[in-house]
Amino acid sequence: MDAPAGETLVEVLRRLGFKSVKDGCYTGTCGGCTVLMDDRPVASCIMLAAQADGSRITTLEGLADGDKLHPVQEAFLEINTPQCGFCSPGMILTAVSLLRRNPNPTREEIREAIAGNTCRCSGYVKIVDAVVLAAEKMRGGARR
Amino acid sequence: MKDKEIVVMESAGLKVVSKRLPKVDGRSIVRGEARYTKDFVREDALFAVIVRSPYAHARIKNIDTADALAMEGVELVLTHEDVPRIAFTTAGQNYPEPSPYDTFMLDNKVRFVGDRVAVVAARDRLTAEKASRAVRVDYEVLPAVFDPEDAMKEGAPVIHDEPDATGIHDAPRNVAASIYAEVGDIEEEFRNADFVSEHTYYSQYEQQVPMEPHVTYSYIDEVGRLVIITATQVPFHVRRIVARVNNIPIGRVRVIKPRIGGAFGVKQEIILEDLCGHVALRTGKPVLMELARDEEFYGTRPRHPMKLTCKTGVMKDGTMVANEIRVVANTGSYGSHGLTVPSNAGSKSLPLYRARAIRYVAEAAYTNLPVAGAFRGYGAPQGYFALECHMDEVAREIGMDPLEFRRKNLIRAGDMDPISAKLGEGKEGYEREVRTCGIQECIDLASNAVGKGSGGREGGDGVAAGGWGPFRRVRRGVGFALCMHGTGIPGDDVAGATIKVNEDGSFNLLIGATDLGTGSDTILGQMTAEILGVSLDDVIVYSSDTDFTPFDVGAYASSTTYVSGTAVVRAAEKVRERLREVAAELMGTVTGKLTFEGGEFRAPGGKSLHIKEVALKSIYGETKRQISETASFLNLDCPPPFGACWAEVEVDLDTGMVRVTDIANAIDVGRAINPDLVEGQIVGCAAMGIGYALTEEMLFSAEGRTLNASLLDYKIATSLDLPDIKGFIVETVEPSGPFGVKSVGEVSMDPIAPAIVNAVFNATGVRIRELPLTPEKVLTALREAGL
Repeated sequence: MDAPAGETLVEVLRRLGFKSVKDGCYTGTCGGCTVLMDDRPVASCIMLAAQADGSRITTLEGLADGDKLHPVQEAFLEINTPQCGFCSPGMILTAVSLLRRNPNPTREEIREAIAGNTCRCSGYVKIVDAVVLAAEKMRGGARR
Repeated sequence: MKDKEIVVMESAGLKVVSKRLPKVDGRSIVRGEARYTKDFVREDALFAVIVRSPYAHARIKNIDTADALAMEGVELVLTHEDVPRIAFTTAGQNYPEPSPYDTFMLDNKVRFVGDRVAVVAARDRLTAEKASRAVRVDYEVLPAVFDPEDAMKEGAPVIHDEPDATGIHDAPRNVAASIYAEVGDIEEEFRNADFVSEHTYYSQYEQQVPMEPHVTYSYIDEVGRLVIITATQVPFHVRRIVARVNNIPIGRVRVIKPRIGGAFGVKQEIILEDLCGHVALRTGKPVLMELARDEEFYGTRPRHPMKLTCKTGVMKDGTMVANEIRVVANTGSYGSHGLTVPSNAGSKSLPLYRARAIRYVAEAAYTNLPVAGAFRGYGAPQGYFALECHMDEVAREIGMDPLEFRRKNLIRAGDMDPISAKLGEGKEGYEREVRTCGIQECIDLASNAVGKGSGGREGGDGVAAGGWGPFRRVRRGVGFALCMHGTGIPGDDVAGATIKVNEDGSFNLLIGATDLGTGSDTILGQMTAEILGVSLDDVIVYSSDTDFTPFDVGAYASSTTYVSGTAVVRAAEKVRERLREVAAELMGTVTGKLTFEGGEFRAPGGKSLHIKEVALKSIYGETKRQISETASFLNLDCPPPFGACWAEVEVDLDTGMVRVTDIANAIDVGRAINPDLVEGQIVGCAAMGIGYALTEEMLFSAEGRTLNASLLDYKIATSLDLPDIKGFIVETVEPSGPFGVKSVGEVSMDPIAPAIVNAVFNATGVRIRELPLTPEKVLTALREAGL
């Protein structure tokens, strides 16, 4: 596809209908627009669409397999993690990326990984809980 | 958190209520399918931006829009000369609003840096922004005033000199609102007290920072009505106010609230809807307005900064006989919530302690700074910061343990609360009785959860606690604070709910109550399901659309679960009774003989019918009908939830840095309809309160410009700034509330900041009376104390 020069990745994605990508600041400070670029979380609001040329971009729309949720999505749902839900798409993708790199993170490592995704509702406790649960699920030992 | 940590009252027999069920919007959120305002915008919508004032106080002599209009892609430029001049308040309160009508869609005068000057609509954001810079404005700059006490002095510049504003207490003196309430003879009690103590505290401008900025999308539908999709807490107030300032009938306006990305009070305000609706009416085209993050800071409605002086008279044995708070509040350049927030700072905090005499005195002053407004707690966090620090100080001064001193004087179940009768929503209030009080359980849970082995718990100086390196000098300490709050606005809050029966035994729940991320759709659905004996999956919850959902004042004042919940319960009961009539017809008996349990209507003799079969027959049986019931509830009460917070801090003596290392927030919420969501409020409030205590403050230049209008410079907590916050639910069963509920969303914010400030004192012996406790402030105080 073509994108006009100067168009950011978030603008292109939302124009294409990927509305899960949230833009809360346009300055790379809130993390709402996080998408995975070749499995790495990036702030799509401070990235030109052109910079993503040739990369594989994953938004939250692409995470579930039909009706089958990704374990991170399952965990967020089970623990009732989302409150307003505006940070959830970016948060979930950041967690997915973390768990691909580190299948068994400590709470501190989880806090480190999500530090760029700001949440104003939760105090982060249930987010960290959900990532811990997702890691358990992905290692095959699902329990709550 | 596990269920065992909850003090559970009688909840036997409940099948849906009191359960940790997934949010009804949870699945759509985790799949990225939840739709927020901006997700509805058509590709060809215009984008409108606000031209803002660079001056804190100026008269607009002339505006030249020709250059902007001439730019390609620019559709419309409007100034104060082009729009109706109708005084209103942007406060989304019930009519008639207790806030002064001192605001105009666009005015010929600007009153703070960032005030509205004009609006530019163009084909896209970039073009609109470019054109907004081409609007030439000729200002007559006026002297400005930034300190609320200076503003009320003789000779200060008069901020609201327009003749057509109404409801301002004393415009020539810049006093937006004034409050005086007294119970007993306070001067007499001060004279007779063994000991009188007085301290003054200062609080700051704090921003709500919802992750979704203010965003509004307006268009004209096929029959010429104005449709506004907007991120709001108050769709019905938006409809009324937008209609009024645009001179069109309320029936010509439809307001839709989709999912909302957080609000915390700042969306109880008409920030964009009046202008966005106006541009749609003028152009006939769809229009999007969205605040940039910097505008979100100076262009919305942060927490009122206050100077609070607490004065308390006590007897030798620690009995409190007189308690007074005097407040000077800064309402900024407009008086939105300028009367009621300061009123609430007293009415929510002073009832916590029994005293023969209580007095509350407040003035809200206009200044040339950003407009203050509603923010979670609505004045109470300011009141409690002062009161609960002061209680620690008084206890220390009379040589009493701070917890023992408080316990001796705490309000308890069975008490009346006389000051609430004097301090209503901008008028006389309602006396309330405390029917349930779980504060002792809150104290036990929070105090046992925090600061084990950190030393210094009994109000002495903290112990040196080592550190990360040999050169780091830190002290640890523990502090606490108690609180109570209210639930709804008595005499003012009204909510409606409609429940419609479908033939498959599913039910549409239509509510004007607005879920902002709070989970109200879920818990109101749970209440419906409980009463109708079905599962939450059988309830289709929809909020809010002024065309399809009944009136509700909206989500504010900790009211939704209690007020809207009562309307929902009443509607569900009406539907159940209508279905009982159908069941009686079907079973050839009378309604009085039918019992209802677990979704089954049972007749004597063993015949039974499930509510789903009855629903089917109600529509397709011999006597076909649509059962649909609406109920409404006018709230006349305000039962208080209670809370206690214990916090442990680490104070770095070399940098002044304060870190909360452990914190527990225990709240008596009445019944928890969905404990997961209640914990979300308790823990989320603690996170926000830590920011209020330590890092969050809007800063201004000498000219009144906001200096830190970004998430990099205005510090809200990230995941690395917070410990694993402990939230505890204490359940009591409030007899006036549906299923025994009180509230949780604001009370949980009240005790956090004072607990932390008291912990810093406990750690260092240094008392700081000004929020937030930045390293600079703490270090200065430590140095003055010789530490």
